[in-house]
Amino acid sequence: MATRGFFGKRPTEIEAGRLPPGQYLTEDFPVLSAGPTPRVDLDKWSFTLKDGVRPVAKWTWDEFQKLPHVKLTRDIHCVTKWSKFNTAWSGVMIDDILAEAGIEAPTGFTLAHSFDGYTTNVPTADLVGGKAMIATAYDGQPITADHGGPARLLVPHLYFWKSAKWINALQFTARDEAGFWELRGYHMYGDPWREQRFTGD
Amino acid sequence: MTSLEPAAELAPHRLVWQQARVEAIHAETPEVKSFVLRPANWTGFTAGQHVDIRLTAPDGYQAQRSYSIASAPDDSGTLELAIEALPDGEVSPFFHDVVEVGDTIELRGPIGGHFIWNAPLGGPLLLVGGGSGLVPLMSILRQRARVAPEIPATLVYSARRYDDLIFRDELLRRRDTDPNFRLEIALTREQARDGLHFGRIDAALMARAIGTETPKLTYICGSNPFVEAAASLALAAGLPFGSIRTERYGG
Repeated sequence: MATRGFFGKRPTEIEAGRLPPGQYLTEDFPVLSAGPTPRVDLDKWSFTLKDGVRPVAKWTWDEFQKLPHVKLTRDIHCVTKWSKFNTAWSGVMIDDILAEAGIEAPTGFTLAHSFDGYTTNVPTADLVGGKAMIATAYDGQPITADHGGPARLLVPHLYFWKSAKWINALQFTARDEAGFWELRGYHMYGDPWREQRFTGD
Repeated sequence: MTSLEPAAELAPHRLVWQQARVEAIHAETPEVKSFVLRPANWTGFTAGQHVDIRLTAPDGYQAQRSYSIASAPDDSGTLELAIEALPDGEVSPFFHDVVEVGDTIELRGPIGGHFIWNAPLGGPLLLVGGGSGLVPLMSILRQRARVAPEIPATLVYSARRYDDLIFRDELLRRRDTDPNFRLEIALTREQARDGLHFGRIDAALMARAIGTETPKLTYICGSNPFVEAAASLALAAGLPFGSIRTERYGG
């Protein structure tokens, strides 16, 4: 049923084809987070791969810089309705992190952990095969703290709450374990093209 | 750094779109109007939550936005939104220029399980709002006054000018009549009036707002620069990282 008197400000046809349902295009880069911005010193930074509770590989910031860095430019979509096109990141692909650790992903589910205690779950298949990275730069500059720096997960094909800011670990889990927002009513998978915003969508 | 609380407080359930009737509209400030909506099937919410609004054009084109609820979760079966008109917006100008009492608006919710407060969470509470970031804090304040007025609460509210203060008369009345509620107003673009701070929120104002009893929970809502500044002041004043909840709007 149409809303009386509403006609809308349409995106162009080209934009519309790149916008998932219910999203609008922004030129800004809005910031969302559940708490204050943690300030993570690079000399205290580390990134750990875990199989369940067992750490299987760990990098300091200097060690992480030596991993192969690549560029990834993608559209991103926030569950709060904004989308931003052509965001330019660089970082280390999850495929390369696994290769460097010398392991195959041991389970089909992954929980990302952050320095502030934030967590979010992503199926392992959505992190490998060139789909996701640990990003350390945005638009050619180090990622600012409010956007998740020093390093954040980037899983651009899922709603952006899955791209955990201030990441410090990826944990392979036996089951699909809900993270911070997933426990609070947000969707376990979060595909923008299927508009999976909330539980049951 | 202590961390975000892991515990979930709300059982997730499926959110369905429903029609809501516009029952009242009030101009709160030159740029903010409040809308009292009565959804067809509303089972309540928790103070601090928001709803998604979906507007549909005659050809089926749709636009969605999120708006925080300003009212307390009372028994009225209604909810109040306070919407700021954004000059280049798509949805907020529609609310300001087109929507009338009796119209039907589609919404779903309530949404949000972190920037929320209910009496079991306790206090003292420190609420820090910038501009329309007041809205979810108003819901929390009203709910506290309704169900737990003994819990001390302080609101630090920053706006550009005196006439930009949303729900100003109600806030001043609560300040004058509620012995457990303190109000600190900071106006950034207008010289101070009696008892009002001129300028941005600073360390001295934050210290005064915190007072002698450390807040158990602090809620900060506003634009990203506002929230960054206020959260930094709160951390610098010694409030624990894990006691501070933020909500940022923008984009």
